[in-house]
Amino acid sequence: MPELVITVARFGFLVLLWIFVFTVVGVIRRDLFAGARSGRLVAAPRGVGASTGQPAPAGKPAKAKRGRAAHQMVVTAGQLAGTRITLGEAQITIGRAEDSTLVITDDYASARHARLVPRDGQWYVEDLGSTNGTYLDRAKVTGPTPVPLGVPIRIGRTSLELRP
Amino acid sequence: MTAAAAPAASPASTGEQPGVRLARSRRKAELSLLLLAMVLVAAYAAMIEAKALDTVTSDFWVPAAALGLVFLGLHLVIRWLAPFADPALLPAVALLNGIGVGFLRRYDLAEAAPAERANLAVFAGTGGRQLAWTLAAVVLAAGLLAILRDHRSLSRYAYTLGLAGIVLVMIPAVLPGRFSEINGAKLWIRVGGFQIQPGEFAKLALLTFFAYYLVRKREVLSLASRRVLGIDFPRGRDLGPVLVVWLVSILVLVFEKDLGTSLLYFGMFVVTLYIATERVSWLLIGLILFFGGAYLAYLLGSTVGGPFANFYDRAQIWLDPFAEPYDRGYQLVQGLLTLGTGGLFGAGPGGGQPNLLPEVQTDFIFAGIGEEIGLFGLSALLVIYLLIVERGLRAALAVRDSFGKLLAGGLAFTLGLQVFVIVGGISKLIPLTGQTTPFLSAGGSSLMANWLLIAVLLRVSDGARRPVTGGGSAARPGGGPPEQLHGAPTEVIRP
Repeated sequence: MPELVITVARFGFLVLLWIFVFTVVGVIRRDLFAGARSGRLVAAPRGVGASTGQPAPAGKPAKAKRGRAAHQMVVTAGQLAGTRITLGEAQITIGRAEDSTLVITDDYASARHARLVPRDGQWYVEDLGSTNGTYLDRAKVTGPTPVPLGVPIRIGRTSLELRP
Repeated sequence: MTAAAAPAASPASTGEQPGVRLARSRRKAELSLLLLAMVLVAAYAAMIEAKALDTVTSDFWVPAAALGLVFLGLHLVIRWLAPFADPALLPAVALLNGIGVGFLRRYDLAEAAPAERANLAVFAGTGGRQLAWTLAAVVLAAGLLAILRDHRSLSRYAYTLGLAGIVLVMIPAVLPGRFSEINGAKLWIRVGGFQIQPGEFAKLALLTFFAYYLVRKREVLSLASRRVLGIDFPRGRDLGPVLVVWLVSILVLVFEKDLGTSLLYFGMFVVTLYIATERVSWLLIGLILFFGGAYLAYLLGSTVGGPFANFYDRAQIWLDPFAEPYDRGYQLVQGLLTLGTGGLFGAGPGGGQPNLLPEVQTDFIFAGIGEEIGLFGLSALLVIYLLIVERGLRAALAVRDSFGKLLAGGLAFTLGLQVFVIVGGISKLIPLTGQTTPFLSAGGSSLMANWLLIAVLLRVSDGARRPVTGGGSAARPGGGPPEQLHGAPTEVIRP
């Protein structure tokens, strides 16, 4: 074997090894940022509505976000902080009950606390008769209420948000 | 945050149904990464032959192809049984495993007499055995994926697994030395020519138990506390379990003469405790207890000797390996020189002299590989380990139940800690202990246990990334029909 070939192959192998590493990183990166195309990676500050800069009044979803469907539900505070649920067509149930989609072990949560239901691409939050109530931003949820993107739903110590 | 910051929603995101875009399983990415990994393994094998034999034999690609088939099988099993599992885990592990097999074959070449090198059978020697073990381990991992459809069902066997783990840890300690001792560490069960390292499997069993136990106790552990110097310290009575595990790991250290395993178990427990309670104080307590214990063992070893003598010896070698470079420090000195010879870019695969390094096929494989691919290549391997650990922690973050969080977080951390213990050992950062390098070292026990670990991580990540289907839990496939109907939105279908 000519020495030149071996030397080229040697460095080529090392480069290929790093190419593999960066390809894996690329796959992971695409995975992490899936659904965050807006470039917004951090939660909106507390009490700041996603679109208006003011707390969105319950029952009046932010108009500006219409047409951008929610694809993920992210837990922003509480013991499960960081958990993401990829939204599909099915409803999300939240509570202490083991068969809830999101099982929260929170002292202030009921067994079947609340649920999120999609209709025509818009998600609605509905309180299931919980003891301590469900809050959309600051307003207590009484009936099915549309959930704008980025507005926190509070259940006990847990906060959730819908993300695009 | 204004809406204007977002680009006018691209057609792709508005046109699709909600959920469709994200519910990608990313299996194609996994497959192409896997192919790239196998190309690398084949290239590695070719270069080894080019340098060590001066010619590339016509069947250099056979081990890579065999490995490729095995991993392709696992890929298909994942497609079928865990379609939403993390796409980066399998290719990363496959590459490490392939490099390991390739290096072991290279070790066989170095050991063989020069005349026999060219006709060394592909499936012979350490490399061939490792290939067979890889097949067994991957089959085991696929089996675990098939049996374990939901990681939460593991919690049902938590106490059984905990007991099994303790028994597995204790067996080598109570067996007489000739059945359990290799190179001064009593970590083995040796029957006839066959040997297994039960501690590797005990790791998984114990971790499952820890995760389950801590999920049940986390409230007590995290709520009742005293605040000292701004850090919440737990009550004395809650320290019980951590003290018991500490004691067990010290006993392991004393009776099995192995610092690495004891550090591994203890670190595993403290970190799961930390993940469960989010209390930094546990990390502090853990570090203080461990370093205190190790220092005490060192002092006892220098004065009393007896069971502590082995640890004292190892610490002495670590402090000054060049004191007796041809005697006790030989292995470590050779390892350091090997890494030094490798330098930045290494001698090229096949260009090193792995046969000069004792235990290069197991403990020192990282140094042996380092001699040939240099710091540049070794750091790539370390980054791959890092990515595997990161994917495990990511799965832990994303999964929806506390048990899964603790399990995946603990497993990922354990893998990382094991890499740290052995790589730290051969590079003289910490006293050297006989840990295996996950996926690289020769040995069936380690390979199987680590592939099982990856199977559990794949399962948890599948549960974490699977889009919610039924009204019930996401990880239960399908859910019951009544649950799906319950609360389903009614729709008027218009033509």
